Amino acid sequence: MTKEHANWSPYDNNGGTCVAIAGADYCVIAADTRMSTGYSILTRDYSKICKLADKSYMASSGFQADVKALQKVLSSRHLIYQHQHNKQMSCPAMAQLLSNTLYYKRFFPYYAFNVLGGLDSEGKGCVFTYDAVGSYERDAVTPLSEAEAVDLVKTCFASATERDIYTGDSVEIIILNAKGVRRETEQLRKD
Amino acid sequence: MFRNQYDTDVTTWSPAGRLFQVEYAMEAVKQGSAAIGLRSKTHVVLACVNKANSELSSHQRKIFKVDDHIGVAIAGLTADGRVLSRYMRSECINYGYTYESPLPVGRLVVQLADKAQVCTQRSWKRPYGVGLLVAGLDESGAHLYYNCPSGNYFEYQAFAIGSRSQAAKTYLERKFEKFPESSRDDLVKDALFAIRETLQGEKLTSSVCTIAVVGVGEAFNILDQETVQALINEFEISGEEAPTNESAAEQAGGDADSAPDQSGAAAEGEAAPMDI
Repeated sequence: MTKEHANWSPYDNNGGTCVAIAGADYCVIAADTRMSTGYSILTRDYSKICKLADKSYMASSGFQADVKALQKVLSSRHLIYQHQHNKQMSCPAMAQLLSNTLYYKRFFPYYAFNVLGGLDSEGKGCVFTYDAVGSYERDAVTPLSEAEAVDLVKTCFASATERDIYTGDSVEIIILNAKGVRRETEQLRKD
Repeated sequence: MFRNQYDTDVTTWSPAGRLFQVEYAMEAVKQGSAAIGLRSKTHVVLACVNKANSELSSHQRKIFKVDDHIGVAIAGLTADGRVLSRYMRSECINYGYTYESPLPVGRLVVQLADKAQVCTQRSWKRPYGVGLLVAGLDESGAHLYYNCPSGNYFEYQAFAIGSRSQAAKTYLERKFEKFPESSRDDLVKDALFAIRETLQGEKLTSSVCTIAVVGVGEAFNILDQETVQALINEFEISGEEAPTNESAAEQAGGDADSAPDQSGAAAEGEAAPMDI
């Protein structure tokens, strides 16, 4: 009496690695740009990072169709917030919204593993990590300098690329600080 | 018009084929403080007169940002206007979500008109008591529409609604032929002149009026008070008559000229953070 299993899954895993680091007055959000399915590479140049608000960026790995849908829902919700409150959402507010949005689909989840990074209303770096159904926490702030943190991110991705077959091609790095936003790209191994 | 036996319900026709409740709703628009709109090929400007109930209160907001490419100015029952603005914003967000592109202005205006029409054909509803000047930009260019409580809508080169709007309309009728080719700044100046006409002698200052602009390369934004005051000072200095571009630029001081340009450019450069 074995249960029949589905021969079709609504989910797929497009792989990838996402990282965010919170500093005293900056935040670094990074993700590789490889999108895969099974053992194939779909593209080497896909951005997993989405700007949700001026000071909130989300990087998500998992099933990119669900990630795209999640990004759209959050962007629309942010527009509504701006109309109602006449200002942008703060990063902690966006964090709670993301959590609620994920739990809303508790019984058919977004296959998205998210990391939200930005600056809070005091200008300090903040990073929130999530599971697929919205459980989240604010991560600790590092005493590293901005340049050290960016270097650390590049080193981490080089290491991850060596051991994880789904990570590589290039890494997109977003750096947020009081002066604004900066974007860097670093090439990774293509194998 | 006077009270008669056919004006109790919106669902009652008069023998002359009129719906009095709808006409009374249009009267509400005429009682509201003035709002005007004018457009060129690339820009649309909305302007309105701010009437505060008393010196102690703030003035009512009559211009709303609906989306980056659409804004609306209202006259009449501002509460009804707020509700309709919320509807318009919601429609723009939903369209953007589905099609990842901005809602064409003409579509939004038709949806608004149909929504207004419903209220003219239900016994348990009443017509919206607000007239809307919808200013927007889409692939087919710059547009200015007027939406009535009756459910009708019209496209205009320039229009004015609300109390003493006839004075503004007369001014606009004189000037409208040159609007399509006007520059953004000239459109704003003409808007200020039209507003001044509705004030009938009252002094035009930036605390009495609000100006908003949308155009090619410029998301819908409401100009801040300093910018508006600088523009007013510029043409007050150069005299009574609405200037052509050159004479105003020559007569006004160099400083007064560069300051509004810079703040105008700054307003264009920033991403519009829903400054409603």
